[in-house]
Amino acid sequence: MKRRSSALFPAHLVGAALKQSFVKLKPGVMARNPVMFTVYIGTIIMLAVCIWIKLGATSQGSLAYNVAIFLILFVTLLFANFAEAIAEARGKAQADSLRKTREDTPAKKVFPVGEIYTDEIKIVPSSQLRKGDVFVCEAGDIIPMDGEIIEGLATIDESAITGESAPVIREAGGDKSSVTGGTKVLSDKIRVKVTTDPGESFLDKMIALVEGASRQKTPNEIALTILLASFTLIFLIVCVTLKPFADYANTPITIAAFVSLYVCLIPTTIGGLLSAIGIAGMDRALRANVITKSGKAVETAGDLDTLLLDKTGTITIGNRKATHFWPAEGVEEKAFVEACVLSSLADETPEGKSILELAGATPSSYTLNGAKFIGFTAETRTSGVDVGGVRIRKGAVDAIRTIVTKAGNTIPLATDQKVKEIASNGGTPLAVSEGGRAMGVIELQDIIKPGIQERFQRLRKMGVKTVMVTGDNPLTAKYIAEKAGVDDFIAEAKPEDKMNYIKKEQQGGKLVAMMGDGTNDAPALAQADVGVAMNSGTQAAKEAGNMVDLDNDPTKLIEIVEIGKQLLMTRGTLTTFSIANDVAKYFAIVPALFIASIPALRALNIMGLKSPESAILSAIIFNALIIPALIPLALRGVAYRPIGASALLRRNLTIYGLGGVIVPFIGIKLIDMILALFM
Amino acid sequence: MSQEIVGVAVTFLLTLLLAYPLGRYIAKVFKGDRTWLDFMAPLEKFIFRICGIDATKKMTWKEFLKAMLTINLVWFVYAFFMFLFQAHLPLNPDGNPNMTPDLSFNTAISFMVNCNLQDYSGETGVTYLTQLFVITFLQFVSAATGIACLIGVFNAMKEKTTTNLGNFWAILVKTTTRLLLPISIIIAVLLAFNGAPTSYAGKDTITTLQGDTVQVSRGPAAGMIAIKHLGTNGGGWFGQNSAHPLENPNYFTNMLEMVAQVLIPLAMIFALGFYIRKMKFAWVIFGVMTVGMLALVIPTMITEIHGNPLIAKMGVSQFNGATEGKEVRFGAAASGYWSIVTTIISTGSVNSMHDSSMALSGLMQLLGMLVNAFYGGCGVGILNYYIYIIITVFIAGLMVGRTPEFLGHKVEAREVKIAALVTLLSAFLIKGGTALACYYFVHHPNADWATKPSAWLNNPGYHGFSEMLYQYTSSNANNGSAFAGLNYNNPFWNITTGFAMILGRFLPIIGPVAIAGILAGKKYVPESAGTLRVDSLTFGVTTLAVIIIITALSYFPPLALGPIAEYLSMH
Repeated sequence: MKRRSSALFPAHLVGAALKQSFVKLKPGVMARNPVMFTVYIGTIIMLAVCIWIKLGATSQGSLAYNVAIFLILFVTLLFANFAEAIAEARGKAQADSLRKTREDTPAKKVFPVGEIYTDEIKIVPSSQLRKGDVFVCEAGDIIPMDGEIIEGLATIDESAITGESAPVIREAGGDKSSVTGGTKVLSDKIRVKVTTDPGESFLDKMIALVEGASRQKTPNEIALTILLASFTLIFLIVCVTLKPFADYANTPITIAAFVSLYVCLIPTTIGGLLSAIGIAGMDRALRANVITKSGKAVETAGDLDTLLLDKTGTITIGNRKATHFWPAEGVEEKAFVEACVLSSLADETPEGKSILELAGATPSSYTLNGAKFIGFTAETRTSGVDVGGVRIRKGAVDAIRTIVTKAGNTIPLATDQKVKEIASNGGTPLAVSEGGRAMGVIELQDIIKPGIQERFQRLRKMGVKTVMVTGDNPLTAKYIAEKAGVDDFIAEAKPEDKMNYIKKEQQGGKLVAMMGDGTNDAPALAQADVGVAMNSGTQAAKEAGNMVDLDNDPTKLIEIVEIGKQLLMTRGTLTTFSIANDVAKYFAIVPALFIASIPALRALNIMGLKSPESAILSAIIFNALIIPALIPLALRGVAYRPIGASALLRRNLTIYGLGGVIVPFIGIKLIDMILALFM
Repeated sequence: MSQEIVGVAVTFLLTLLLAYPLGRYIAKVFKGDRTWLDFMAPLEKFIFRICGIDATKKMTWKEFLKAMLTINLVWFVYAFFMFLFQAHLPLNPDGNPNMTPDLSFNTAISFMVNCNLQDYSGETGVTYLTQLFVITFLQFVSAATGIACLIGVFNAMKEKTTTNLGNFWAILVKTTTRLLLPISIIIAVLLAFNGAPTSYAGKDTITTLQGDTVQVSRGPAAGMIAIKHLGTNGGGWFGQNSAHPLENPNYFTNMLEMVAQVLIPLAMIFALGFYIRKMKFAWVIFGVMTVGMLALVIPTMITEIHGNPLIAKMGVSQFNGATEGKEVRFGAAASGYWSIVTTIISTGSVNSMHDSSMALSGLMQLLGMLVNAFYGGCGVGILNYYIYIIITVFIAGLMVGRTPEFLGHKVEAREVKIAALVTLLSAFLIKGGTALACYYFVHHPNADWATKPSAWLNNPGYHGFSEMLYQYTSSNANNGSAFAGLNYNNPFWNITTGFAMILGRFLPIIGPVAIAGILAGKKYVPESAGTLRVDSLTFGVTTLAVIIIITALSYFPPLALGPIAEYLSMH
């Protein structure tokens, strides 16, 4: 899997983002974010105050001081815009690099000509292809457009998209019929029908999401915006009522002080970073090679309760392996192994190869004269070899039983017992007969992916239940489920079983995710709260899901859950930090406002700030600087640790809550000390 | 002095000892289990029959609130007209006059909303008829309203998914017959035996030791004094409230009244645990509230026991603590404890003059009312706390990486909106009201009103500011205690505090009931290892932090200009 990682602030993106920071100052754009919009109004008010002073007002303090406040507020706005712009630029750059691979490729478009279907093939630029068009690709061609193979089979190098160098096979009519623009055909020839118009592919949709035009606020984001708006209102009330309070206390307060107090108190930190956090969540998904169709899907991923995972490829390595030879009673182990090896010499299946591997035999060391290899057929359900007039056969226990019974023999009781034992241990028994006599059984076992138990352990600590989906019989399924450490399994699974399981879990109030690729997975993908379709899957599957995994990696679900959790946590912790900051700001500004008329309040100036002006400036400078200081955190996200909800809360509350109270005391004091050098 | 502190500690422990079994009893009553007061059932049936109530009808949260608001409107109209014409009605041996319309408006609201702000004085402002059949009646039903709404929220929390909050009428009646009435009778009898008057006769004449004759008001007061505390109402029979020797004759009655006012608020916490079968959750709530209470009580008692630093500077010994405005028979410690208990719980009865409390105590009293959920009033205390829980659940839920959940229901935009609105309301009413008063005081001191704004305040400066701030804080919190020192019986104060009281009562009730109703109607999400547990110590500490931060951030400037400035200039 290719990890698309890059520096947080690549130079070429910073330039574009800086420009966007100014473009985003348009009132219509600012109004999308209520918290920052009020800062916007405050900035305009300060500009007016500066002009007023220039025109001769004397009650508002020096021009330089007011201009300084105006500039700091203006920079605060730019910082907030920059946070959003850089997140957008990063996401867009990411998506662009994926999209670039498929631009302006020559396409061999098929033109149906005349009454009789005689195709004419012309080369056109890929940008002229439309939905429903058909094109042809041969070995060496770059596939010009996303589409579905309607004829043929080809090996395709998808490394441009997935980063995986091993070629994959795609063919018409199965669940692996999709091809992606930008990938390369290595062999054979395919006819492909275009499935999307230009500008409507998943990547295009995702770019639109990241760019903000079609970005909708997610449910949690809406709720948080409401909470932040209400905090903003509370602080607006604080500032407005302060005027009559100050009148009562005979204290004149300048407009600059009011605006500064207000801007410091409202949650500008989280307000400025909120949309950047959301975009960064989608961007992180994209960096994991997952295209999300909405921001909501990423958020939902953090809430998932149940994951449906396919056994093969996710929990076990693709194929079974022979792990044991069990000779029948009265059969020499050596003779049995010999028979097993002979029967598997011509067996090209992974299982067959693993038998030779287990026996420690190399095919070249066997020279069998006159041996006739019998291939596997659906009727006999066995394969083997006829050598020296002896028929050696290997196959399912039932098939061998038929052979043995026909020859007038029986399978010994002990071997039958062994067969049952193997099945209940999650293995698959293969019987071997020689000349109509049962020789013994080979035990095949699923190999569980290394490290998968730890991942399930981690998921369990997150509170996520894992369910293994397999076509195996219940006994085998149970064994593997226990060994891998999944919480539940669906054995002998048919597509509708997945659907029913998802519905059952959802009725219990749980959020379910699954991954799928086939057309028959589509209904379940649509039913699941998070449906991840593999990029290699059918168009129907990709339409039904709300994410597409470019790597076709079934373990990706686990990563997606963590990305979702990170997204929510980053919002929560930065909100806490932002609000906690206010304590220090009060201690900076309130004494500054009243120190002249109520000397006793000097005791509240616990930071020992130099003058009322420097106190106010320090507070709003800190307030502005903290936004860019936290952009890296907003983009990277707060790290998730599966240590249980309470422990996680304690940890984040200490770092971002307590830290949020302490840091500004230090920061404001330092800024004040620096300002003292100039003022 | 240590004896006084022991007295306070014993009072609190005694309350706790009584509250726990009472909580279990309350849970039983509303679960419909058998209790020893089942003999009240025929009376309840009779009430249902004559009122045409179908006590088995299930109610959604909207129906529940509609019933609650309707009956409150009826009570308001009834009370308003009774006060307006009381002089012409019977049981008026002292010949007290009618109330003015603005005073009647304020008083009717005040008692309907369990606030009991009294812009009149009991001896001269009301008659025995209105004392008994309006005020005492409202003291029962307003307390029952708060408890009934909380029980509705309990019903919502108890089930995984439900639209049924119970029958408001049935809960209201049962709260009165099974809880308030029986305990009030016991308290009233104890008060009467200790000297609280229970006579229908008018004023009596006594001769003092100096030989002067004084007219002393009397009346059937003991019953009202009982429910005034039990129902966390706080409105006194006499103008001096529980500082009056007939309303609070001795140290025993002082203890009794302190126990009575904390009893139900504490019991409701345990009732929550028993009722929804989450005892650990109840203990966490109890813990947070108790820590909050102690954080206010301890500084107050210390500062009151140490006395006034300005007097100390003059070289005057204050071995009894700060005694200005206090009754010597209770002492500084018990008065300090009472002043906090009565403000954290929305009682608002007083046994000392809060205007005379030390500046720090005044700050603590204000904080108690601003939070209004460290135990809090009958039913409404936990309803206020519920809002803090929702906000905490939301922020903390995000911090652990999940869509926030409370007891298995997702907390989403609509619930956050309601909780935010309720939080916003107090900030608006308290600071907006005080700002308005400041504005008139500064800019229109000689406005031609019944009382000129310039004549409102008895004290200038910070203390005067505290007096105004206290009045709106008390109104919004439905507390009803007065800092005093403010001339509030005039249209400006009667009307503005009237609105503060009515909004400060009903929105903080409607909010939690609506949230609980909406949440209960949602799909139930089973708990997992990723779910934040609300019955954990961590969650309790987080809630306390949220309460402190919200209160501090909302009210730091006015507190700095009032009690904090006064405190700092004294030291």
